[in-house]
Amino acid sequence: MNAEPGPMTPETPTDGARRIGPVLMEMKNITLRFGGVVAIKDISFDIREGEIRAIIGPNGAGKSSMLNVISGFYHPQQGEVWFRGQRRAPMRPYQVARQGIARTFQNIALFDGMSVLDNIMTGRLTMMRAGLLEQALWWGRAAREEDAHREKVEKIIDFLEIQAIRKTPVGRLPYGLKKRVELARALAAEPKILLLDEPMAGMNVEEKEDMCRFILDVNDEFGTTIALIEHDMGVVMDLSDRVVVMDYGRKIGDGTPDEVRSNPEVIAAYLGVSHD
Amino acid sequence: MLPDQMLFAMEVTLNGLMAGVMYALVALGFVLIFKASGIFNYAQGVLALFAALTLVGIQQGQVPFAHLINAVFGTDLHHFGWTLPAVLALALTALVMIGLAWLIERLVLKHLVNQPAIILFMATIGLAYFLEGLGDVMWGADIKTLDVGLPQGISEAVETATASLFGYGFFIDRLDMVATVVAAILVLSLTLFSQYSRQGRALRAVADDHQAALSVGISLRFIWVLVWSIAGIVALVAGVMWGTKSGVQFSLSLIALKALPVLMLGGFTSIPGAIVGGLIIGMGEKLFEFFAGPLIGGATENWFAYVLALLFLVVRPQGLFGERIIERV
Repeated sequence: MNAEPGPMTPETPTDGARRIGPVLMEMKNITLRFGGVVAIKDISFDIREGEIRAIIGPNGAGKSSMLNVISGFYHPQQGEVWFRGQRRAPMRPYQVARQGIARTFQNIALFDGMSVLDNIMTGRLTMMRAGLLEQALWWGRAAREEDAHREKVEKIIDFLEIQAIRKTPVGRLPYGLKKRVELARALAAEPKILLLDEPMAGMNVEEKEDMCRFILDVNDEFGTTIALIEHDMGVVMDLSDRVVVMDYGRKIGDGTPDEVRSNPEVIAAYLGVSHD
Repeated sequence: MLPDQMLFAMEVTLNGLMAGVMYALVALGFVLIFKASGIFNYAQGVLALFAALTLVGIQQGQVPFAHLINAVFGTDLHHFGWTLPAVLALALTALVMIGLAWLIERLVLKHLVNQPAIILFMATIGLAYFLEGLGDVMWGADIKTLDVGLPQGISEAVETATASLFGYGFFIDRLDMVATVVAAILVLSLTLFSQYSRQGRALRAVADDHQAALSVGISLRFIWVLVWSIAGIVALVAGVMWGTKSGVQFSLSLIALKALPVLMLGGFTSIPGAIVGGLIIGMGEKLFEFFAGPLIGGATENWFAYVLALLFLVVRPQGLFGERIIERV
């Protein structure tokens, strides 16, 4: 069903081998419990530089929990997170963000009262260095900084084709555009890893195709490493270089889309299997 | 209407506007904290009292906790024996308010992250009583006069100028004029800060969505200390103005009650709203007293603001400048 590359996947196969680099992040034997409920059970996998890594699985498989572990919102009881060759101490989400790991949310977390432009600018907050006095006097670094950041943000706005709504308060936008603004804000941080929590959830076919195209373009143009979660298998298979499959908190498959697709456990989890 | 009466009405209006500025100074502190954290800070009035007490204490070299120390150790300490210049005392008090903000975050807010707004509101009620007691124990419960060199009394310049212009001299309090200038500077700098500075943008982000703010690398704790510090300094300004006007004593904390109708009019989330709300309340209550007071037996200033606020709540619950409640279905 993905025989023809189509407009969404330009030159993926040949390009793919070249752009993927060494391991950037590694999850080692992660176990996460909420009280007696085990959300993630002893899962290990890695994310390589420049790849698109998908985590898929049916609802309640623990995908979002895994993403929250990576971004510091949850702290696993067991296991280690390694980032850029170093073991990461338990961190708060804002510290993770400052390390260069940006994310989007399944239910969209934007600043509704602010304009699209201001929302995206917040993605660059941690990169700004000018002191309060400099800013107050609009002097020295402050003015230069604001201009430089604004330029970067405008580029991202062009890239994601949201020029027309840049001054609109985010609260007024339709769902699909909100998702795109959220992606833009994450991109504005120039992340080393971009985490996308169900970027295509609740979208219609056309919006899904747009989002796919943007994800591929981001990966292609900026070389951004992307880890994304989806429960819709079809989209993910076209998009990603490697896929982790989760079910009931366990890892049941890991490999290229083709490998995963032919894995009997994965098929069972998705299609069900008769136990006789 | 007779020209004399019209001039008198003008004078009343002006005085009302300036009284309104004094209300707005208190309301500002509420708005800042509410905007950034959704907390209605019941302790804002007490913060102003505490700031004023501390300012007087520092300026006049009072020994903090003197009664307590004397009672325990049998000493007889009262004063360090210095009188500090007003500017230095103000700067030191500002530092105390920043330290207090840090302590509040450390001891109270940090433990209440992700709790419903009502819990945080209750915590600020506790904070109000605690600070009230702390102020008493630290600096004593007697009525103090606060003097940082602000001009007081009727402005003769205005009186002679208006007298020669209209043949009727306006009585304008010089302290009110200072308060107006101070409030204007305060509002302008706060607005610029929140709209254009990096910290201001982070502050607005936190006000909007905690999760999203975390995900772009904003530390919530830093923002809370920041916003409570600013609110503390705004409380200091309000405390200085009101303390100079009517002395530093417990009743200073009750100015918060006058801030409530101002907030309902202006909206809990708008800095300009606090000012405009204050002006409307101040002018409204003076004019109402002037026109309707004699007909219904006077003393309308005690209740006018609250009735006006009540009417507003019915018609426009988010206030004049509050954020429109946008709900997408």
